[in-house]
Amino acid sequence: MEQIEFLIERLPRFLDGAWVTVQLTLGGSALAFVLAMVFGIMGTAGHWLPRAVSTVYVEVFRGIAALVLMFWMAYALPVATGFQLDDMFAAILALGLNVGAYGAEVVRSAINAVPRAQVEATVALNLSWFQRMRLVVVPQAWAQMLPTFGNLVIELMKATAVAYLIGVADLAAVAQQLREATGETVVAYSGALVLYYLIAQVLILGMRLLERRANRKLGRVTPGGGGPLSLLRPPSVGTRVGVAK
Amino acid sequence: MFWDFEWTFQIMPDLLSGLWATVQITVIAYLMALALGLAIAIVRRVPIIGSLLHFVMEFIRTTPLIIQLVFVFLLAPSTVSGMTVGILVLGVHYSSYTAEVYRSGIEGVSKGQWEAARALSLPTTRTWGAIVLPQAIRKVIPALGNYLIAMFKDTPLLFAIGVAELLTEAQRVGSADFRIVEAFTVVGFLFLLVSIPSAIVIRRLEKRYAAV
Amino acid sequence: MPPSDTPENTTTPGVEGDADGPLIVFDQVVKRFGDLTVLDHLDFSVAPGERVTLIGPSGSGKTTILRLLMTLEKVTEGHIWIQGEPFSHMRRGSALVPANEGHLRRRRKRIGMVFQQFNLFPNMTVRKNIMEAPVHVLGVGKDEAAQRAEELLELVGLGDKIDAHPTQLSGGQQQRVAIARALAMRPEILLLDEVTSALDPELVAGVLDVLREVAETTDITMLCVTHEMGFARDVSHRVLMFDQGRIAEEGPPEQIFGDPREERTKSFLKSVLDNGY
Repeated sequence: MEQIEFLIERLPRFLDGAWVTVQLTLGGSALAFVLAMVFGIMGTAGHWLPRAVSTVYVEVFRGIAALVLMFWMAYALPVATGFQLDDMFAAILALGLNVGAYGAEVVRSAINAVPRAQVEATVALNLSWFQRMRLVVVPQAWAQMLPTFGNLVIELMKATAVAYLIGVADLAAVAQQLREATGETVVAYSGALVLYYLIAQVLILGMRLLERRANRKLGRVTPGGGGPLSLLRPPSVGTRVGVAK
Repeated sequence: MFWDFEWTFQIMPDLLSGLWATVQITVIAYLMALALGLAIAIVRRVPIIGSLLHFVMEFIRTTPLIIQLVFVFLLAPSTVSGMTVGILVLGVHYSSYTAEVYRSGIEGVSKGQWEAARALSLPTTRTWGAIVLPQAIRKVIPALGNYLIAMFKDTPLLFAIGVAELLTEAQRVGSADFRIVEAFTVVGFLFLLVSIPSAIVIRRLEKRYAAV
Repeated sequence: MPPSDTPENTTTPGVEGDADGPLIVFDQVVKRFGDLTVLDHLDFSVAPGERVTLIGPSGSGKTTILRLLMTLEKVTEGHIWIQGEPFSHMRRGSALVPANEGHLRRRRKRIGMVFQQFNLFPNMTVRKNIMEAPVHVLGVGKDEAAQRAEELLELVGLGDKIDAHPTQLSGGQQQRVAIARALAMRPEILLLDEVTSALDPELVAGVLDVLREVAETTDITMLCVTHEMGFARDVSHRVLMFDQGRIAEEGPPEQIFGDPREERTKSFLKSVLDNGY
C-alpha cells in the first residue's frame, strides 16, 4: 500500500518524464521519416550518384549504435567544432539519423516492390518523374512501408531511454532520480516500465489505424473485419517480424 | 589541429580490449536468445500458459532495454557481475524478438506437413524435431542473423551498468586525457568495421535462403 | 511502304520535316535484348488516321513496336520519326542523338496506350485514374477534367462506376476504364497491346465494342496488337504479319485473312483458329 501511495504521489514527476519521452519519440520519428523518404527515394534512382549517397548514409548510420552517435554529438562535437548542441536536440538528431537509415531501406524496398507495370502506365500518361513518385509510386508503396515503420517507431521510442545518459530529463531519468532520492528501486523502475509500455501501446494503435486507412485507400479489405475492436489484434501473421531492426 | 594521431594509436589496445569484450558478450547473449526464443515459440502454442508468456514477452519487447538492464542490475545481489547481468538481460530481451521470428517460421510450415507426420504416426518429438523445426528454421535464418547485428549494436547500453565494453573504455580513456573526439570517433569506426561486413554476410544469407 | 533497299540508312527521303507525310515512320529499326534480336532492320510507316493491326506468333516483335512508340524501350539502332520529327532521337546541330527524358516527354504527349493487364492505379478511384494525367500533365482545370471523365465513362458504359475502386471492378470493366483513361489525354495515336488477352472470354466482347465505337467515331491513329481476328478485320485498314522481327506479309484485312500469300501467314492463322480465337 505504501508503495502505491508513493507511486501516486510521484505520478506528476513520472508524467513530466513521460512527456519528454513522447517529445523525443515524436521529434526523432519526424526526422527519421524525412530522412527515410529522401534517402530511400534516392536509393531507387537510375543514376549511380544518388544511389551511392543513399548507400553511404544507410550503412554509416545504421552501423553505428544510437548511443554512440548521441555521445559523439553531446561530447565530441562541442570539442571538435566548439558548437554545443542542446541535449534534447542532440538526442533527437542521433535517434533520427539512426532510425532514418533503417527507414530508408524500408522505403527503398517498398518502392522497388511497386509493380513495373504501374510505372509503365505513368509513362503512357506522360507523368514526370516527380508526379510519378508523388501520385502513383509512393502512395502505393506507403501501405507496404507502414507495418515496418510501426516497428521502427517502437524501436525509436525504446531507444529514447538512453538519452538520460547525456542529461535529458526523460522517463528514464525520473526513474533514476526517484531511486537515488528514495531507494525505492522496484517502484521507481516498474513505474517507468509500465509507462513505457503504455506509450508503446498507444503508438501501436496509432500505426494500426494508419495501416488500415492505407489499405482502404488501395481498395483492400482489412482482414478480420473492420470494427474498432479489430485494432487490438495484430493485422496479419508474419508482417511484423524480422525487419524491425 | 584537434586530432592527435599518436594518442589515438596509444589508446587502441584499450579500445580493442573493449571491442573484444563486446564481441564476447554479443556471442554468448545471442546463443542464449536463439535457444530461449525457440523454447518460447514452442511453449506459446500451449493454451493458457502460452497467452501469459506472450504478454510477458510483449512487455519486454516494447519497453527499453536500458531500463531493464539497470533495473535488474540494481536488484541483483552484489556478487553478480555487471557482465553477467548484461548477458542475461540482453539474451532475454532478444529472445522476445527471436521467438516472434521462430513463430512466423513455424506458422509458415504448411498444414500438409503436420498432417503427413500424423499420417505416419510420428511421435510429437519427431514431428517437431525432424519435420517442422528444420523447415521453419531454414526459412528464418536471415531474420535471425539480423538480430545478431542488432544485438551487437545494443551492447554499448552496458555502459549504463559499468561493464567494460567498447563505449565504456572509450569514455574512460577519453575523459582521463581530455581526448573525447578521438575516443568516440574511433568507437564509431570500430562499430562500422564490424557491422558493415556483417551486413554483407546477412545479405548473402538472404540470397542463399530466399529461394527456399 | 518503301522496301528496305534505301541506300542511306540515316535519313529517309521524304520523311524529315515532312509534316504532311506519314505520321509514324520506322526507319531501319533494330531492337536487341542482349543477344536476342527482336526487331531486325524494320521499316514501315503509318498514315494519319490509319488503323493498323499487328499479328504474328509471340516473340515476333509486335509488342516491342508499341513499347518503342510509348518510349518504354529504346531503339538499339535506327530511328523512329513522328510527323516528320525525330522521336527516338533528337537533333543536336545536324546530328541525331538518342533522346533524353525531356525530349521524350514532349514528344510522347500525343501518344496513349492501353495495356494487357490494364495497369489502373489501385490507390485512386476510377474518377481519379482518369482525371490525374489531364490535370497534372496537360494542365486541364479540375472541373473540366471531371466532366470529361464522366463523359468518357458514359462512352465506355461505366457511368455508374465513377467512384468505385479499381479492385471492385471486373477485368473487362477495368480495361474499359483504362481505355477511358487513355482517351482522356486526347491522344492522336492510340496503342492497344493485347487488350483482351487477360480477360475471361465472356468479357471480351464488351471491351471490343467500346474500341469499335472509338474507331468509328474518332480519327485517332490506332496500332493494335491482338489475337482477335474478327475485330482486326472489322476495324483495321491494314494488317501487318510479323515473323522473327520482320514483316512477313502486309495487306488489307480482307486479303490477309481471306487470301494469305505467305506460308507463315497461313500457318499462323490456322494455329490461331485452332486455338479457338
